[in-house]
Amino acid sequence: MATIAAPAGQRSGLLARPIAPTGVWSWLTTVDHKRIGILYGTTAFVFLLIGGLEALLMRTQLAVPNGRLVGPEEFNSLFTMHGTTMIFLVVMPLSAAFFNYIVPLQIGARDVAFPRLNAFSYWVFLSGALLMHFSFIAQSVPNMGWFAYANLTEKTFSPTPAVDYWVVGLQVLGVGSLAAGFNFLVTILQLRAPGMSLMRMPLFTWTTFVTSILIVLAFPVITVALIELMFDRLFGTLFFNTSGLNGDPIVWQHLFWVFGHPEVYILILPAMGIVSEIIPVFSRKPLFGYPFMVYAVASIGFLSFTVWAHHMFTTGLGPIATAFFAASTMLIAVPTGIKIFNWASTLWGGSISLTTPMLCALGFVTMFTIGGITGVMHASPPVDTQHQDTYFVVAHFHYVLFGGSIFALFGGIYYWWPKITGRFLGESLGKLQFWLMFIGFNLTFGPMHFLGVDGMPRRIYTYPDGLGWNLWNIVATIGAYTIGVAIIVFITNVIRSMRNGEIAGADPWDGMTLEWTIPSPPPHYNFETIPTVHGRDPLWLQKHPQLDGHGPGGQAAPATAMQHAEQEGGHEHPHMPDPSYWPLFAALGLLVAGAGILMTASSTGYTMLVVTGVGLFILLVGIFGWSLEPVNG
Amino acid sequence: MTAQNSLRPRLLILCWLLLLTASLSGCTAFADRTAPQSTVFPLSDWGRSIQDLYSLVFLMSIPVFIGVEGFIVYAVVRFRRRASDELPNQVHGNTRLEVAWTVIPSIVLLIIAIPTISAIFYSDAPPASAQNVLKVTVIGHQWWWEFHYPDLGVSTANELHLPAGRTASFELKSADVIHSFWVPRMGGKVDVVPTRANHMWFTPDANAVGVYPGQCVEFCGIQHANMRLDLVVDTPSDFEAWTQRQKANAVQPTGGAEQQGAAAFMDATRGLCFSCHAIRGTEAKGTIGPDLTHVGSRRMIAAGILENTPANMQKWIQHSQDIKPGSKMGRPVGNGFQNLAVTDADAAAIAAYVFSLK
Amino acid sequence: MQIVATAPPVHQPPPTHVAETTNGLNNRKVLMWTFLGSDCMFFGALIGTYLIYRGKWLGHPVPTDVFDIPYTSVSAFALLMSSLAMVLALAAIQRGDTRRLQIWLLVTAGLGLVFVGGQIYEFATFGHEGLNLAVNTGGTTFFVLTGFHGTHVSLGIAWLLSLWVLAKRGVITQERSLDVEIAGLYWHFVDIVWIIIFTVVYLIPI
Ligand code: HEA
Ligand code: HEA
Ligand code: HEC
Ligand code: CUA
Ligand SMILES: [Cu+2]
Repeated sequence: MATIAAPAGQRSGLLARPIAPTGVWSWLTTVDHKRIGILYGTTAFVFLLIGGLEALLMRTQLAVPNGRLVGPEEFNSLFTMHGTTMIFLVVMPLSAAFFNYIVPLQIGARDVAFPRLNAFSYWVFLSGALLMHFSFIAQSVPNMGWFAYANLTEKTFSPTPAVDYWVVGLQVLGVGSLAAGFNFLVTILQLRAPGMSLMRMPLFTWTTFVTSILIVLAFPVITVALIELMFDRLFGTLFFNTSGLNGDPIVWQHLFWVFGHPEVYILILPAMGIVSEIIPVFSRKPLFGYPFMVYAVASIGFLSFTVWAHHMFTTGLGPIATAFFAASTMLIAVPTGIKIFNWASTLWGGSISLTTPMLCALGFVTMFTIGGITGVMHASPPVDTQHQDTYFVVAHFHYVLFGGSIFALFGGIYYWWPKITGRFLGESLGKLQFWLMFIGFNLTFGPMHFLGVDGMPRRIYTYPDGLGWNLWNIVATIGAYTIGVAIIVFITNVIRSMRNGEIAGADPWDGMTLEWTIPSPPPHYNFETIPTVHGRDPLWLQKHPQLDGHGPGGQAAPATAMQHAEQEGGHEHPHMPDPSYWPLFAALGLLVAGAGILMTASSTGYTMLVVTGVGLFILLVGIFGWSLEPVNG
Repeated sequence: MTAQNSLRPRLLILCWLLLLTASLSGCTAFADRTAPQSTVFPLSDWGRSIQDLYSLVFLMSIPVFIGVEGFIVYAVVRFRRRASDELPNQVHGNTRLEVAWTVIPSIVLLIIAIPTISAIFYSDAPPASAQNVLKVTVIGHQWWWEFHYPDLGVSTANELHLPAGRTASFELKSADVIHSFWVPRMGGKVDVVPTRANHMWFTPDANAVGVYPGQCVEFCGIQHANMRLDLVVDTPSDFEAWTQRQKANAVQPTGGAEQQGAAAFMDATRGLCFSCHAIRGTEAKGTIGPDLTHVGSRRMIAAGILENTPANMQKWIQHSQDIKPGSKMGRPVGNGFQNLAVTDADAAAIAAYVFSLK
Repeated sequence: MQIVATAPPVHQPPPTHVAETTNGLNNRKVLMWTFLGSDCMFFGALIGTYLIYRGKWLGHPVPTDVFDIPYTSVSAFALLMSSLAMVLALAAIQRGDTRRLQIWLLVTAGLGLVFVGGQIYEFATFGHEGLNLAVNTGGTTFFVLTGFHGTHVSLGIAWLLSLWVLAKRGVITQERSLDVEIAGLYWHFVDIVWIIIFTVVYLIPI
């Protein structure tokens, strides 16, 4: 869209483009990648509080044997929504917030390739999240676990619409994720500043790139799985129906994990990218082994599609398949190890400053390693038969998801906050938060290893006395509340920073990459002139010209298409894309369509599918309005 | 970003090292020998081969853990920033190191992978040396376990008896959704999947006589938490005696209360029990709930959550939905169940009768 | 701390060069390629499901009972020919021949309609013969797989017809041949997917 000039006056849209620069409408219609990033981040944080609250309720229930805070139905809903929320509504959108805000800045672009598609992604994401959370209002909250194993999800065993909320919500979320995935792939391939070759891209951009590939390839698979499940529930198809007509519940598991395992790397790769930005800056040394880091990211991305059945070691795959997936799973430890060792070597000989972002990054490396090691333990199928579906697995995935993703994402928040707001987050509150979180985290999830080894299954709403689980459960609960306090400290820090945080300049941390060359917060158009890049870590090279041409990747920049365009005196008029109503409008169509399916699911007969039709019609109008809108971005 | 005094780094390293040792020693020392469902004190051949593998994996991960964490902590403390304009040596990488830390972990993984794969094939079928294998069919139901001994003609529920020292081979099936069959002290779990039959086997150690709890470990609906079971490992002679008792039809009620209870049990307007439960040797042929022919001989009822006493039995009959909300014992209402409507007198009598079915 | 920021005065408008792309490729074309990659996985998952159940169907009729392969071959042929028409449409506009563009767009869409019409008729016939979504896993997987392919074709037809309207109104000019090219990418992809589905579902005997 960006490159096609419309002859003025020839085409006019259905609606004039909105132009208000401030106010609610300006946010609803924004197509600015920075604002969309902020929207993603804020929404994700709200869901972190919700998902965290759900976790606290669970931990309170499990603090002592025979807990009576909630009943079984509620507890099952709690862990389902907690898992789903944390994965799809917290870690993914929080990563997306940084994709949005930071990637265009890091590659020297004025925006993403498709600004309106970008806004659409966000509104679709929000619609999906809302659809799923409508279940609380309807009092039919999803309660079958975040991987929703068939055939428990069939109408026979889950007659209420609870499962439908999950299916429809996730389906819509998937559309948003796919749209964002396409957008960032194109952006990174197409909009790099002159001289920013692939092997000069900052690692965060690299991980965004590979994550986008994973999204684009993995989400269609869960889309199919969800369609099949939805058809089973709505139209009586037989995919996972076990009533003697040859439906097979294991097919769901394959489809889910073909998506699900790449998904967990979708959750961790952006975090690894963030850490790869923070550690060099606060060690004042370029990233050690940059090319190997890139290859490692790429091979992790590739391998992530070959290991899915390690979630199914107890389903009776047969020894040959089991052995294959054991081996491929173990293999993935090699590229991950390369990353760990390179971060450690970046620290070595550096000039290390333990700011909050750096503490979070170190928290990531140290805690993720623990989670990775327990992952390798699971990778041995006989051992996994003792660990599968116990708290040992719960410990594993919180060490990688919280110890990994969440620590890194908080690191990213502390690191880029000055760029985004122009102000620092308080360092002393930040350190307090980090240490509370670090201690609370280990108190919560460390003991879960012991609980798992002592045979405590996951997803149980209660447990009897006398199984030796009492001590570690109460410790874990105390830990969870400690994390809660840490989060409150963070909120305080944010409020203090917004009120009167210390002003940060353009380059508060002595950074290395392009985002630190522009003011904080960046102007609407990011770069006054698109920079030309002469090597890896362009700002670092600029600050230390003596390094130029010596380090790898520091050779002179090859001429690029972009420079040609400028030399030829580009024939297009520059302007930032105007805001647009259409992304919001089209996303609304999906919201209505999803609501229609939910209404159909909770009624008898198909009359409510009309609502879905209306929704799809709104979507269609949205798409037409969108493509007929005067093209300027 | 300010200058550091020398105390803080030392404090820091102490902190981290403490954490390191705590977590490591935690892993080894905190494993609770008295935990009835412990996964690391196996009592069967299969359990032991898992444990050997786990020990190996654990052993291999100690140097990885100490190495990585120790290196990072050491580097952070040693290379703290001293001057605000200090520019360390700008190292970009080292290919030889990269090769090293690709190859070394690969070797470590190979060391794990080889015994892993041999254990996978070992677990696939009982060893040829196993003689006189005892066949057991396990059927998972939403929230209780059904056991058959096809060669012995015995059917029971929630309490599995095995003779010590004799290999048992299980065929695992489901009546509804996916469950997972697990007795941690005996070894790993295997899922119970509708539409297919899975298999597992193990040999309880000859000296492992005792009671070992287990439970369903695949989320299977509202009462997944209370889908427990007991494995009772008997001496061979006790097992023989148990088998003989279980083979027999139910005893006839003798006492007055028992006879009254039996009548109520078979009465569609009072107990309704017969519609769901079978008692061999009587009219009761229901298949929805557990076979009650010898329910009085079990240690626990309702899938391992209530001790088997007449009082608990009565409580269960009248309050099954309060004790185990969502359980499929009750009066169907809408999508769920309500407590059975049994009068106190009937309930006491039925309880007495059922409890007498030793 | 040195700050090497090139901060512009706040009110200065951004400079007057909008970049072309790094690779010289068009953004929308790359977008379409990434979408097609994604769609491969979509059909891959659907075809995979079909293959898992294939031949293990219970009861009758199963898909192979009711197939009319000559009939389906004809509509498959129509779809194949539509790809040729699509190529000609693109060639026309690249030459600047908007009249031929319109004709070939219509032919493409028309052949697509023949295919979709054929599929609707086929579904109806199968339905009469007792094969439906809920009769056995054969019906379930067959209708869902081919139905989603049919939906793809239908969306493609709507797209082609929109292009045709735009072409008629003179909006699609030689400079905008890319609009046609992108639609063509999608169309050829959907075509190729059909070749695979046709082979796997209809031709390879069980
Ligand atoms: C961020 C998400 C994330 C990440 C990165 C990982 C990473 C890994 N995971 Fe994890 N995993 C999950 C999230 C994640 N996982 C979740 C959510 C579940 C549960 C889903 C559910 O059931 O609800 C799960 C479950 C899960 C299982 C199934 C357990 C079960 O249900 O029984 C397995 C089994 O193999 C597994 C393995 C691994 C492995 C081998 C890695 C590897 O990638 C780890 C590699 C890293 C290292 C090994 C550390 C660094 C390496 C070195 C220092 C080199 C030297 C090391 C050695 C030689 C060992 N994971
Ligand atoms: C990124 C992912 C992520 C994150 C960050 C977390 C964070 C936490 N998780 Fe979760 N967890 C999962 C992903 C995650 N989890 C997944 C995928 C599952 C599996 C689900 C399933 O089985 O289907 C799971 C399951 C799971 C279980 C197992 C449940 C079971 O099997 O029965 C437990 C139990 O303790 C748990 C605990 C916690 C705790 C205490 C936190 C804490 O770290 C949370 C910290 C946050 C807070 C404490 C919030 C603080 C907020 C406030 C204090 C303010 C509240 C006020 C307002 C709303 C205004 N999680
Ligand atoms: C609607 C079906 C139904 C009816 C009627 C019913 N039961 Fe049950 N019963 C079950 C089911 C299902 C279970 C397993 C429940 C569980 O553990 O979740 C069960 C479990 C039991 C158990 C525990 C068995 C064990 O091995 O743990 C006893 C004892 C029992 N029922 C007795 C009775 C009596 C006595 C009555 C009549 C008053 C009765 N039941 C009526 C379905 C029924
Ligand atoms: Cu059966 Cu959980
Ligand atoms: Cu995985």
